Amino acid sequence: MGARPRDDEGVSPVRRQEAAAGDRSPAAVSARYGGAVTATGARGAGAAPARQTLAVLERQLVLFRRVWRGSVFSSLILPVLFLLSMGIGVGGYVGELEGAPYLQWIVPGLLSMTAFEIALVESTYPVMSDFKWTRAYFAISATPVGVAGILQGWLLYLVLRVVLAVAVFLVVAAGFGGLASPWAVVAPLVCTVLTLAVAAPVTAFAAVVDSDSYFALLFRFAMVPSSLFGGVFFPVERLPAAAQAAAQATPLWHAVELNRAATLGIPPAWPVAAHLAYLAVWGGVGCVLAAVAFRRRLYR
Amino acid sequence: MPAKTLCEIVVAVGYGRGVVGEQPLIYAEGLVKRFGDFVAVDGIDFQVRAGEAFGFLGPNGAGKSSTMRMIGCVSRPSGGVLRILGMDPVRQGAQIRARLGVCPQLDTLDQDLTVRENLITYARFFGIPRREARRRADALLEFVRLADRAGGKVEPLSGGMKRRLSIARALVNEPDIVLLDEPTTGLDPQARHLVWERLFQLKRQGTTLVLTTHYMDEAEQLCDRLVVMDGGRIVAEGSPRSLIETYCPAEVLELRFADGTPGEYADKLAGVGERLDPLPDRLLVYTDDGDEALAEVHRRGLIPSATLVRRATLEDVFLHLTGRTLVE
Ligand SMILES: Nc1ncnc2c1ncn2[C@@H]1O[C@H](COP(=O)(O)OP(=O)(O)OP(=O)(O)O)[C@@H](O)[C@H]1O
Ligand SMILES: [Mg+2]
Repeated sequence: MGARPRDDEGVSPVRRQEAAAGDRSPAAVSARYGGAVTATGARGAGAAPARQTLAVLERQLVLFRRVWRGSVFSSLILPVLFLLSMGIGVGGYVGELEGAPYLQWIVPGLLSMTAFEIALVESTYPVMSDFKWTRAYFAISATPVGVAGILQGWLLYLVLRVVLAVAVFLVVAAGFGGLASPWAVVAPLVCTVLTLAVAAPVTAFAAVVDSDSYFALLFRFAMVPSSLFGGVFFPVERLPAAAQAAAQATPLWHAVELNRAATLGIPPAWPVAAHLAYLAVWGGVGCVLAAVAFRRRLYR
Repeated sequence: MPAKTLCEIVVAVGYGRGVVGEQPLIYAEGLVKRFGDFVAVDGIDFQVRAGEAFGFLGPNGAGKSSTMRMIGCVSRPSGGVLRILGMDPVRQGAQIRARLGVCPQLDTLDQDLTVRENLITYARFFGIPRREARRRADALLEFVRLADRAGGKVEPLSGGMKRRLSIARALVNEPDIVLLDEPTTGLDPQARHLVWERLFQLKRQGTTLVLTTHYMDEAEQLCDRLVVMDGGRIVAEGSPRSLIETYCPAEVLELRFADGTPGEYADKLAGVGERLDPLPDRLLVYTDDGDEALAEVHRRGLIPSATLVRRATLEDVFLHLTGRTLVE
């Protein structure tokens, strides 16, 4: 994960200069100290061992065990209230949209919005807190677990949180007849991809900004507009062309399209691969940025 | 197995390939740390041997923490050579960190977890199996006398308790080297003594300790050897005793006067003792015989408002080397 070399890989230009300067070179010292100072070969900038990822996940789960009650309302109950109010209440007036009852049409939207908001919100304060307040990331950085392990464990935790919320939502939606196609079972997978596409860049953002007032901006100018205009409540085709392009640039819209295709059993706006690829770019770029930001902050 | 032997094995393993003899666990030569244009550590040389307690003593901003972070493989040296357990911190950081225990200057505990959970989750980062992690957590909580707080949260713990928990956490992977950055700063005397006692016990068991402090008495109590740092450089090195013997006569006579500045009295006392050091509030007379020096003060017709004869300490060494007191 990440494009920059790991902290335990490569030699800085300064060190290379020093090395070239002569008797203080690592090689010279190595010779003086028994010749055993040879690197075992730097590992690539690849994935962390699964054991380390799981250790980071484990810490998150222990923490979650303490705070899960606080998240029940926003991630489990609120989405269901939305479902009742929009799907059944508003749906009674709207009737059908794109050939489906409004309830069935809005279920994948609300589902995606739930995943989107959990992934985004959970990547703000908790990340900043582990840098600034508990400073727990600094504790982990002093162990063999590096940046890759921290980020992998963290994203895995968020995926589990989102999948849990999405699963509960799906069960409730099914109870109200909100799912039209058995393809609904792939919705948790779509939400997993969405989680990575959103959580990775937001985690990078939270690692860079020095004040939580930036989060208010993020919520106001990214999260709320995405949720309102990203195809959750009405088709983006209703928007003027420029706004429609902006809506289609949000990761949320792509997940909504995929989930709607799944739960209604219809083809999405773009080919499935194109939607997934777009989300993957967000996730991939986000991971690189997060890895860079974490490395700068933890190993400087 | 005696702890010393264990350390030697560790050294042998660290260096591998049948290297014999006592190799330093930490070797630094011309070590530099820059932050932009600012030089925080300015080319220092030191070695830490297996089983010793090694100290970095110095005032605020001396570069102690910067050095500790480089040893802890969380900060990349800007220049010079650093070898830890025979390995290169830049290329083998993770492997080295697996064998270090780190107690940072600022606590980095998980405030929302219980005391015991802090130790267990941390142990997991080292790949220690869950059952073993629980066993070690309980043993370490006994060791730092926090067993009765095991199930409580970290947040309400006192500063001294948090510090002890940080130390316990640094020991959870049974490290070859324990790095302690200001282990007792901000603690009351009683809490300090408890920490000292635990560190002393570790030292007796043969654990290699590297610590920083600005407390002279701490350095004298705990360190076999230390370096005095100031402005990113090492200004002196040796055992606490040898530093005192090298840089100071055996005794110090402290004089306070009711009126006038200590500087004025320094002129009147020229020639008394080996050296005079006027501080803002008192005058220090370095001498081999404090009582004799005091008698001379009286012979010169001066009446100090308070006098004290004491043995020279590292504080005096520091004052002599840098012209400043250590704790302002
Ligand atoms: N990340 C950083 N960026 C810029 N400057 C830094 C950074 N870390 C330390 N410094 C500077 O380097 C110098 C040495 O700092 P360091 O923390 O190593 O001192 P110290 O001896 O540990 O002091 P103290 O007793 O206050 O802990 C200080 O002037 C400090 O401002
Ligand atoms: Mg410091």
